[in-house]
Amino acid sequence: MSTPAEEVKAIAKKKKKVPFDYSPYIRGGKLPHIWCPGCGHGIVLKSLLRAVHASGLNQDDVAMVSGIGCSSRTPGYVDFNTLHTLHGRALTFATGLKLANPRLKVLVITGDGDALAIGGNHFIHACRRNLDLTILVYNNNIYGMTSGQSSPTTPQGKISTTGRHGSVDPVFDTCKLAQAAGATFVARGTAYHFQELEKIIFDAFMHKGTSVVDILDACPTYYGRFNKYASATDMMEQIEKDGTVSVKQAEKLSPEELQDKLLRGILHKAERPEYLEEYNKLVTSLQTKK
Amino acid sequence: MAVAEKEKRVFRIEIDPRLCKACVICVDFCPTDVLTIDGATAAVKNLAACNGCQLCDNRCPDFAIQVFEE
Repeated sequence: MSTPAEEVKAIAKKKKKVPFDYSPYIRGGKLPHIWCPGCGHGIVLKSLLRAVHASGLNQDDVAMVSGIGCSSRTPGYVDFNTLHTLHGRALTFATGLKLANPRLKVLVITGDGDALAIGGNHFIHACRRNLDLTILVYNNNIYGMTSGQSSPTTPQGKISTTGRHGSVDPVFDTCKLAQAAGATFVARGTAYHFQELEKIIFDAFMHKGTSVVDILDACPTYYGRFNKYASATDMMEQIEKDGTVSVKQAEKLSPEELQDKLLRGILHKAERPEYLEEYNKLVTSLQTKK
Repeated sequence: MAVAEKEKRVFRIEIDPRLCKACVICVDFCPTDVLTIDGATAAVKNLAACNGCQLCDNRCPDFAIQVFEE
């Protein structure tokens, strides 16, 4: 006689594997996308769509806003309410959209250049306000769409078109910046760890307040070729082996071992009044004063 | 003593040649060496070895490959 737990296991084993159906979330006729062969953006987009599916939200209740850049082409392919805006200004449009229609779940798709350089000011102030936005930073360490200039996250010593002998600028840590500016959910995922990324995006999506997810991604065409990575796979494996450690793994490591490593997972979570709630409270209190 | 024969699971891999950009990610991450690049698109070379792990499906950046269980 098998126990109920064993029976459940046996049924799960017999269940046929079915691939996830992305077609309801993709606009008809928009694929193939413009991203280069091996670009991690497609993998991130798939994790994002699975996370939206898991959240059970209606597609009409989701709005996706982006600025300019490779990452910001994402809204063109997905069947949500979408807004492709000016360079670095995704967060300002998203803020206006959320205030105008609080019913919408607003997702902001932005790149490392779009969010931290051109839109850097908007980024820190969006974190400060704690408006209910989910900000996904596709971080591939370079300006891909405009042929590979240094971005605020290009590591020191790495080659770009504006740093032919190696970048000398210190880099921004997206997560530390977001946390310091006041974001109440800060996490990091990678295109390599697609399942972990799906869970992180889901958690960010469910969080009430500004959530920022730094997603380490690979740009094989510009960053990869300049910096002597053999292939897209090679870049993905480098992210896995050399670049990051999960929060759980990090607990077992010494500070020396953690040097030069980026932490993966949910790095900061805090409860703070959400901007719209506070704003509505103020409006109500002013109206009752009359 | 007779060992109960393990049920053989059969998989089907669908590759959309219009979407595939032959980036080699699916080929490199396949743990059982099922896939290859044939011209400008990925192709199945040894379907019998497929264990249905779906790493190729999940890591394909181009929505071009799907693994079904028969």
